[in-house]
Amino acid sequence: MSDISFVRTEMLPEQDPPASTVGLIGWLRENLFSGWFNSILSLVSIYVIYVILSGLLSWAISPTWGAHSLNECREILAGLGREGHYAGACWGVISERWLQLMFGFYPPEHYWRVILAFVLVGVGLAPVLFDKAPRALLWFTPIFPFAVAWLLWGGTIWGPLVAMAGFVVGYFAYRFVSGIAGGLLGIIAAFAAPVIWWLFLAGPVAGALGAILPIGIEAVESRQFGGFMLSVTIGITAILISLPLGIVLALGRQSNLFIVKALCVGFIEFIRGVPLITLLFVASTLLNIFMPPGTNFDIILRVIIMVTLFAAAYMAEVIRGGLAALPKGQYEGADSLGLNYWQAQRLIIMPQALKISIPGIVSTFIGVFKDTTLVSIIGLLDPLGLSNAIRADTNWNGIVWEIYGFIALVFFIFCFSMSRYSMYLERKLQTGHH
Amino acid sequence: MSELAIDREIDRSKMQVSDEVAIQITNMNKWYGSFHVLRDINLTVNKGERIVIAGPSGSGKSTMIRCINRLEEHQQGQIIVDGIELTSDLKNIDKVRSEVGMCFQHFNLFPHLTILENCTLAPIWVRKTPRKEAEETAMHFLEKVKIPEQADKYPGQLSGGQQQRVAIARSLCMKPKIMLFDEPTSALDPEMIKEVLDTMIELAEEGMTMLCVTHEMGFARQVANRVIFMDQGQIVEQNEPEEFFNNPKSERTKLFLSQILGH
Repeated sequence: MSDISFVRTEMLPEQDPPASTVGLIGWLRENLFSGWFNSILSLVSIYVIYVILSGLLSWAISPTWGAHSLNECREILAGLGREGHYAGACWGVISERWLQLMFGFYPPEHYWRVILAFVLVGVGLAPVLFDKAPRALLWFTPIFPFAVAWLLWGGTIWGPLVAMAGFVVGYFAYRFVSGIAGGLLGIIAAFAAPVIWWLFLAGPVAGALGAILPIGIEAVESRQFGGFMLSVTIGITAILISLPLGIVLALGRQSNLFIVKALCVGFIEFIRGVPLITLLFVASTLLNIFMPPGTNFDIILRVIIMVTLFAAAYMAEVIRGGLAALPKGQYEGADSLGLNYWQAQRLIIMPQALKISIPGIVSTFIGVFKDTTLVSIIGLLDPLGLSNAIRADTNWNGIVWEIYGFIALVFFIFCFSMSRYSMYLERKLQTGHH
Repeated sequence: MSELAIDREIDRSKMQVSDEVAIQITNMNKWYGSFHVLRDINLTVNKGERIVIAGPSGSGKSTMIRCINRLEEHQQGQIIVDGIELTSDLKNIDKVRSEVGMCFQHFNLFPHLTILENCTLAPIWVRKTPRKEAEETAMHFLEKVKIPEQADKYPGQLSGGQQQRVAIARSLCMKPKIMLFDEPTSALDPEMIKEVLDTMIELAEEGMTMLCVTHEMGFARQVANRVIFMDQGQIVEQNEPEEFFNNPKSERTKLFLSQILGH
């Protein structure tokens, strides 16, 4: 046997890695040409990408922005010697109709209201979404939904103010009743009082205040809403309300209280068992049958409620997944410190469960936003609904790809930003390997 | 299951058992479904006692101390902690929990909060301590467990031993009257067991009432004033450590001791 004893007498100096494994060449070798099979696959893929892009770009790069009809497009392209079915895109339809695709039939002189409204959405959400936004904006966050609704629909300013007052009514009802009759009754009162206020008192009060002090802007009717502005209105509202609603449903489903649990399970399973399109038909037709005759229950509001409930049921299940992924020790850790149920949920359980569920939550958000296109089936003029109207125009009859491509692009921008935001959030909330 | 040598003199000047009762358990029974996990437990713990609970796994020792802060619910009998009886009354449960600190085998730190936030959370939300004061208290206890420099890190960035010491500091920040330890060193490497035991010894030296489920028999010998041996959901034997280790009475205890100490 040889001698196995070994002692190192001097330490080895650090060396640079071989040149073929770093930089551009290293990257290419590792990622594209790491073996003969991978090299062939890479070359074939590059060729396929080239074929697709060359076809697509030669179609898309087409000087037809000024055209006013499909025939004019064809003339321009023929003048350039480009013939055939796919000679080039006819972008005139986009430059002529993009405002309509954005705003529907909203009166053009009021476009600024829509733009301002969405700027306000951004301002109101910024402090919630980004750490770097000034904290002072937080006071605006609870107000912006009312401001935005008022800007979009217009009318007397007292409507949103009186609606906002409902929350104040709820707060005082809670303070008053919980002082006399205890916490649980207080919570019930906090829910019941605003509902009574909104259903029975808000209308007359707003009417009376409007008669005394008529402040307002010109009203815009719901049927004038359309295009991306409609999709974004429905989408953002559903997204913003479905998250808290989903949290409540997920907690309810885990509750030890039998009735609460049964109600939540029943709701979630019912909604998930029904296609969204069915719920939208219920919103557009059936719901009116159950309303007292003469009630004018806004169609967009009905659709928003349905989409929100639909999203909330899915959200609840996504969040339940996050809750299930938390180790039991987290609940015990919180309990052992004397935190009560709501404190434990708010400070320990939910921050972690929501963090785990971010990819699922954002997927649901993206799904909801895209599902808003279904409202075209019940006659609302979302971008897809408008595209049919545009294609029916004699000037643009025969156009397909340009409009759908444009709509797809705008949807992609919205959805891709949401997905990037979710990745940013996941990175930000990363706290070591655990 | 080691008998780690404790290599320093223990200062016993403040380790005094008073006549005041801290925990009183009478005729307590508990079932998991139809399985009888705890059978007729009777135990009185006085202030200042340091009790080690030993026994084979599945003997109910963890379940018993978890009943003391109602992480587990008992179905029969009475548990009175610091004068408050544990019933289904949530207010009493939260009150007992804020007086009784607990350390777990897997630490159960909150991974989304920094070490400092872990320590200040309960004082701020349960005791309504002002943030600044809570932070000062937290830093005081973090210094005590010798990791003040980690205050701004997250639990996932610390070693197991450091995490357990943070967990102890987190409990101490609530200024508890009683500390429960549920196998605090079982998930740790041997090197880290020592640092956690040192912290626990220091705590004992200050006169803290402690109940400790552990397999560290060295700790039991040196620090405990009473060792309880449990098997099959019952208290089989309890005695002063000296007597317990040198002169066990029950056959079951002898067998257990020979298995974990023998060789």
